[in-house]
This record gives sequence, C-alpha cells and structure tokens, in this order.
Amino acid sequence: MHPAISVILLTTLIGAGQGLLMALVTVQAWAWLALRPAPATTAFYLVGSLVALALLAAGLVASFFHLGRPERAWRAAAQWRTSWLSREVIVLPAFMGAVALYGLLHGLGAPMADAALAVGLAASVLSLALFVCTGMIYAAVRFLAEWHTPLTPLNYTLLGSASGFTLAAALAAALAPPHAGFLAGWALALTLAGAAGRAASLWRNARLVPRSTLQSAIGIQHPQIVQTSRGFTGGAFNLREFFHGASPGTMRWVMPAFAVLAFALPALLLGLALAGRAPPALAAIAFALQYAGLLAERWFFFAQANHPQNLYYQAVH
Amino acid sequence: MSKRQLALVIDLNVCVGCHACVTSCKEWNGAGAAGPMSDQQPWGADPSGTFFNRVQTFEVGEYPNTQTVHFPKSCLHCEEPPCVPVCPTGASYKREEDGIVLVDYDKCIGCKYCSWACPYGAREVDAQQKVMKKCTLCVDRIYDARLPEADRLPACVKACPTSARIFGDIHDPQSAASVAIREHGGYALMPEWGTKPANHYLPRRITRMRIHDDELLRADNPLRVEGHPPRPAPDAATLDDVAPW
Repeated sequence: MHPAISVILLTTLIGAGQGLLMALVTVQAWAWLALRPAPATTAFYLVGSLVALALLAAGLVASFFHLGRPERAWRAAAQWRTSWLSREVIVLPAFMGAVALYGLLHGLGAPMADAALAVGLAASVLSLALFVCTGMIYAAVRFLAEWHTPLTPLNYTLLGSASGFTLAAALAAALAPPHAGFLAGWALALTLAGAAGRAASLWRNARLVPRSTLQSAIGIQHPQIVQTSRGFTGGAFNLREFFHGASPGTMRWVMPAFAVLAFALPALLLGLALAGRAPPALAAIAFALQYAGLLAERWFFFAQANHPQNLYYQAVH
Repeated sequence: MSKRQLALVIDLNVCVGCHACVTSCKEWNGAGAAGPMSDQQPWGADPSGTFFNRVQTFEVGEYPNTQTVHFPKSCLHCEEPPCVPVCPTGASYKREEDGIVLVDYDKCIGCKYCSWACPYGAREVDAQQKVMKKCTLCVDRIYDARLPEADRLPACVKACPTSARIFGDIHDPQSAASVAIREHGGYALMPEWGTKPANHYLPRRITRMRIHDDELLRADNPLRVEGHPPRPAPDAATLDDVAPW
C-alpha cells in the first residue's frame, strides 16, 4: 500500500495525544488512591491537557488532507453500524471534547480535581476506544493479510500509549519532577511492550502466504501465467494507491531504523533516567526520537501491506 | 440478497483484446450521469486517467505451448460486496432492485477506504472530481425508455465486436447470462474471499473443426451421375498451383 503522509501523521499524532491523556489520568488516579506521595501541580495537568489537545487537533487537521472532499467530512459519522472509519470519526471528536473538559476542570483549580478525575477516567475509556477504532480500520480489511490480525489494534494501542507516556515523562520533568520517574517507568514498560507487539506482527507478516494468486485472480489454473499487458501505458489510481514505490533497499533499512528510533534508543534513555544516571529531561529527547521512529514505523506498516489487486497490475505496460 | 442481480458474463474464449469496450465505456460514461471520467495530461509525458473497465493480457503456458488470454476487468457487482459496509458515509451502496453496486458522488468524501476493501482493484478515485468511481453497468442507459429497446444495454456490451460480453440477470435461470454460466463453465474471480461476484467469466475452450474427405470432394456432385467426374480432378493442378501469386 502507498503510505499517505496525512494518515501517518494522523495516527501517530493522535496516538501520542491519547497516550498523554492516559498518562495524566494515571498520575492523578495513583495520587487519588494514595499510591503516590504527592499530587502533581495544576500546571502539569493543564499544560499536559493542552499539549494532548494540540496533538489531537493536529492529527485531525492532517486527516482532512487524506480526503478528496474534506468539506463533506461530517457525513462520515453516518455508517457507525458497519464502518470502523465512521466509528473513529465519532470517537475522535468525543475524546477531544473530554480532553478539553478535563483540562478546563483542572484550570478551575483544586476543588474541581475529583470531577476532573472522573472526566479523565471517561476520557481514558474513549482513548482506548479510539485506539481500537483506529486499529480496526486496518485490521478489518481482510484482504490485507498483514493488517488482518488482533496485533494491529494492540500495536496501535501500545505504540500510541508508549509515545504519550514518554511525552508525559518529559513534561513531568519540567512541571512535576516528583512524577517524572514514575511516568518514565510506565513509558519504558509500554515501549518494551510495544516493541514485543510490533516484533510479533513482523514475525507473523514474514510468514504469510498470500491467499490470492494470479491463478485465482483470472480463474485460469495453470502454473505458468505471465501478465504481458496491464491494459494501459499511463498512470492510474490502482498504481498510485496500492504500491509504495520505494526501492527494496529502502524497505530493508526502514525496519531496523524504526526498531532503533522507536524502541531501542527511547528504552535506553528512559532506563538511564530511571536508574538515576541521566537527567529526567532526557525523556524529551526520548520522545523526539520515538516520534520520529513511529513515523517510520507507520510508513513501514503501510508499505509492507500487499493488496491482492496488485496481482492485476504486474506488467509495466 | 437482491431479487434481481444484473451482471456481465465475459467470454474469454472469444475476447480478442481490442479494447472497444474500454473506449465505448469511456465515451458513454465520460459524458453521462457517471461522468466525468477525467484524464490528467492526456497528451503529456505522464498521462493518467479514470477508467471503469480495463482489458489486460496474460500469457498462459510456456512457449511454444502458450495461450494469449485477453482479460476485461471491471467492477464485478459482488452479491456480498466488501466495499459497501466499510464506507463511512453510505455513499457506496448496493441497489436492492437489481444488485448494481453504485457510488453516490454527492455523499462520497474521497477517503478511498472502499478501494482498500475491494480485492479486485475495481474502484478508482477520479483525480478531478475527487470522488470514488466505478462501473455502473450503465445504469443511466439500461433503464432509459427513450432509447430503443435494443440499445438498453451497457455501452461495453453494445461495442463488443465478438459478442464476448453477455448482459443479464443471473438470478433468472432463463436469462442468456445464466444459461452461459451454466452451460459454458462460468466462474467467479477470487472465489476464496466469499465476495460472490455477480460478473462471471467463461473459460477458454478448445474448439476443433472436423472436416471429412467427402465434404471436400463433393461426393454429391451431380456430374458424377452423368459419368463426368468433378473437374479439375482432386490430384490435378488448380489455379492456385499455376498462377504467379
């Protein structure tokens, strides 16, 4: 599949925003349960909510660039009974509203903190629902075997959460230092879990056998079939949308690149910060590296998916 | 399941790969209700365009034992269309009355999700109108009472010079399309996905002409009765043997 920049930005930006909100709520919930010594400052929650909202809004803006007719985007909420895309279109604004309310209640001061926690827990549920919707948009397309697995929504959840908690650890280093280590621990665990989930999907994808063949595509049962003409010499949507167009060399280096950027380096930096061998502010660098790595990871997610329609478009003339 | 299911049955045994169906489709639908089917830089270095129908060519077998198969490909109007439920706006739909799968251009937001959910690559975004397009089975033509009855057929069917395209209701066992599927081994593409394509394809068939000697020698030549053998005699030189061409 062709990796569209708009969708890569959408899924990575809202993933970080969703994870960040859940990180804020985690800090607050742990403090409420008296599992943490001190509640965090209002500034931490307020800035955190605003950053999460900005990430979500940026993702929403990016998504419009994926549409041919963005002025009709409101229509996309109609088919929530059957379409995961429609469900995502409903859950994303609902989640953004909950994040805005969460930030607003924190902005009103300490008396509203418990109300904010209740809203935050609801927002966390919406955040998880949004991860499932986003992941299922891909996992529900049974023709794309690389995506058609429960690992897809699982990895969207783990990778988005990891980047959000890493960002929260960076924010805490500046605004709520007592909680920076706590969040770095969460971020490290989620990064490692994300690495395991993504490794599992890569391992699975390397062993897939395509269900459709050239024989089933044209219904001729002969072992040797070669396409001599795809029927046209010019360009077509079928060539632009379903082929990534990158060289085999690029495909080889992107995977190790995101393995290092999204998982290995952030895990190392977060581990060092946790062990007290590095300043907690290193989490900011960890987030920057991880986000860049997740952009590459998302590009690879699309590029690796092989659509059966490509069987009909093998000849270049 | 819709009551009627209109479909095309494409006979690969007689398709000669002339692309008349491609050009007539483009001509009709480019100007009709399903249009425009825009082209980008049609005379430039890198032309591109929207088509509802393509004719592809495959070589089957190993030289010299090969068959060249011309393979027209368009929307198959599946009975279980996977492209319809994924549409977030309801722009993609399957008509209850005749099973045609259509896109409402006024509702389509151009998200391309339905094209991902079609294993056949039958849907194309029009680069000018920015909405998803696909074969309509010429829905604006087949019901047009202003046209003579003989013209109420998809443009591709009308254009095919070898009658390789049969149009009809495959839920009616007596239709020409159903008879062709039943009697000539009609099959569906990629049956492994359970999409139940309405369009079917008829396989290549080896047809041999059997000619007996008496058919060439005119055993019934009335001259024989008169005692005059046919001339020239079978072993004598013919005009082809003596003429300089």
